[in-house]
Amino acid sequence: MKKSVFFGALTAATLTAGLAGAATLDDVKSRGELICGVNTGLVGFAAPDANGNWSGFDVAVCQAVAAAVLGDPSKVKYVPTSGQTRFTALGSGEVDLLARNTTWTFSRDTDLKLQFTATNYYDGQGFMVRKDSGVTSAKELDGASICIQTGTTTELNLADYFKANNMSYQPITVDSNAEGEQQFLAGACDAYTTDASGLAATRAAFANPADYVILPEIISKEPLAPAVRQGDDQWTDIVRWTVFALIGAEEYGVTSANIDELAKGTDNPEVNRLLGTEGDLGAMIGLDKDWAVKAIKANGNYGEIFAATIGEQTPIGLARGLNAQWTQGGLMYAPPFR
Amino acid sequence: MSDTQAHSVAYVRDTMLPQQPAPAGQSGAVQWLRENLFSGWLNTLLTLLGVALIYTLVMHFLPWFLHGVWDANSIKECRTIITDRYGEGATGACWAVIRERWHQFIFGFYPPELYWRPILTFLLLFVAVGPLLFTWVPRVLAWFTPVYPFLAVWLLWGGSGWTPIMIFAGFVLGAAILLLLSPRLGSIMAFSIGAFVAILYFLFVVGLLIGGLQAILPWGLESVDSAKFGGFLLAITLGVGGIMMSLPLGIVLALGRQSDMPLVKGFSVVFIEFIRGVPLITLLFVASLLLNYFLPPGTNFDIILRVMILVTFFAAAYIAEVIRGGLAALPRGQYEAADALGLDYWKAQRLIILPQALKISIPGIVSTFIGMFKDTTLVVFVGLFDPLKGIPDFIRADFNWKGIYWEPFIFVGAIFFILNFAMSRYSMSLERRLQRDNH
Repeated sequence: MKKSVFFGALTAATLTAGLAGAATLDDVKSRGELICGVNTGLVGFAAPDANGNWSGFDVAVCQAVAAAVLGDPSKVKYVPTSGQTRFTALGSGEVDLLARNTTWTFSRDTDLKLQFTATNYYDGQGFMVRKDSGVTSAKELDGASICIQTGTTTELNLADYFKANNMSYQPITVDSNAEGEQQFLAGACDAYTTDASGLAATRAAFANPADYVILPEIISKEPLAPAVRQGDDQWTDIVRWTVFALIGAEEYGVTSANIDELAKGTDNPEVNRLLGTEGDLGAMIGLDKDWAVKAIKANGNYGEIFAATIGEQTPIGLARGLNAQWTQGGLMYAPPFR
Repeated sequence: MSDTQAHSVAYVRDTMLPQQPAPAGQSGAVQWLRENLFSGWLNTLLTLLGVALIYTLVMHFLPWFLHGVWDANSIKECRTIITDRYGEGATGACWAVIRERWHQFIFGFYPPELYWRPILTFLLLFVAVGPLLFTWVPRVLAWFTPVYPFLAVWLLWGGSGWTPIMIFAGFVLGAAILLLLSPRLGSIMAFSIGAFVAILYFLFVVGLLIGGLQAILPWGLESVDSAKFGGFLLAITLGVGGIMMSLPLGIVLALGRQSDMPLVKGFSVVFIEFIRGVPLITLLFVASLLLNYFLPPGTNFDIILRVMILVTFFAAAYIAEVIRGGLAALPRGQYEAADALGLDYWKAQRLIILPQALKISIPGIVSTFIGMFKDTTLVVFVGLFDPLKGIPDFIRADFNWKGIYWEPFIFVGAIFFILNFAMSRYSMSLERRLQRDNH
């Protein structure tokens, strides 16, 4: 008994040591390429075009990190991961960074030994129904059949919500968003539920978007954050502060248009520290002085990325909402660069 | 006398009536209908129900097919065109997605300027397997068959030109040792030595040799990463690779299971039963995720190779059992006759037992192949872009095509059907060709 516990502990210790000992930064630098786990395809967040070039909101994080570390946003190898394989891919070292609209939860952070870096999108679960059903609130969905993707936190949220409100529902499980849309359009379920960002994109792509309504209730908190493996604090810091650099840049008015000008030095010491003209923040995380400049240049600051990939000018048309800067009434808040 | 005769019979026919066609109800289409479709009240009822069902289905789906749009750049455009042409509320297929993205269904993310490489590989496949499959193909081409796998891998993945040559040389080395030593030491001993030398060569010599030769005389093709493979290129690579490797492995396992040697028999039984007892999807997860935990960190063991190995194991276990059925169907006299002729084990298997057993097993083997080829679409669960789900899902991730659903399924299903139907037809013709009616 004692012996087996000892050997078990030893194996676990070796595994963790093996993973922790390998500095991801050195691996990435020697490889000359960042391996980024992304979604197998989610409108606006990660999608390859007809030529196989990836783009999207999550992809922009990969590119910013690659730019900060390697100086070139194109040096990313994208590994598409499914809902089931994403955590193992990260845990086994197949990917350096998981930027795949993944919800930050307690058990994922602790039990799965992930390290969530910084929330880059605050999402929440909503419902869509047919307009002619007359339903105007999620509270009226008692007894409804609901299309829901398996293996996601949305499934659990749905159960929680209906239990808390003492209502019953009939789940119609689907495997992917495309299948869910098809079932919902075909009338197999009364309501379709997924993250509000996904609902907006789905509705926008319908033949008759006006025939469907998204209910006002948001029943869950879905803070989406890029994740890395536990045990490599330097790498965690690099990813976390790259995301913060993008968010902070928007707050301080640093954009891809004016960054070359600002990088020569400004009157604002905070901007100077961020862009590396004052102090040496880069060296503290093992990067160059101008790491943040390169990261911001990749796709612009947080606001520019949002506008280009999922914002109101795009077909997906998401409003900033919770994802506005804290100065604009949102939750985007980068800690000071000091 | 003759008069009596003539008058004793009232009427004698002296000419035959011309032949009449059968009555209208007993010939042609009407007869066929009566015999096959309306032969009783139950069949009549079933026929009418069937016709009604087909009519409903056709009426339901035909407009959708007929309203198909090929020339558009997004699903929105498709919808506008269909509404313009056929009025409000009309539905139609948006085949434009196939027109714009067909190359991704076929090649995945393979660089377009290098498409000639997979195409050439595919064409050469027929040259390589031609001598094995058809009698009219010149026998001379058979020398190309063993070379093909190395050439194919090099063409698809690229890299140094020395790699396939030197790896091929390793196999030649092993085979040469086997041929030289087997008359003196016996086949098992010679095989062990040959395999041992070949493994040593692959572990220690081949890397240095390739590196050295590449430094002296560099030549090769631009390398293409496994992540760029997708669509039918991936499915056919996995399928053909799996089929080529699983048949020999399956034969060896089937013979191993029949063997008198406890170790060989035990290993074969455990291997076959374990692999058959585990779902393919589990094996794929093992290939893609679990192996990484055991390999030293930083090892880059190609994902397609890993999946191909596991798919091969899976198919081999099934083929082994199919062939075991063929072996069991052979009369005992065939084995005894082989012994009586003084043939050793391998010669008996090669000349007498296997040709007959494999002939019996053809339908089962081809079924396994077809099943395996279709199963290659399961690789979507380990993050590879299979043509059925992986490719359509990421095409839908482009907002222009979000909402496309049936068209990719129909397109991919049609291609799968063509390939599998061809395989099935070939196997039937092979059965006819090998028909001997000797039992």
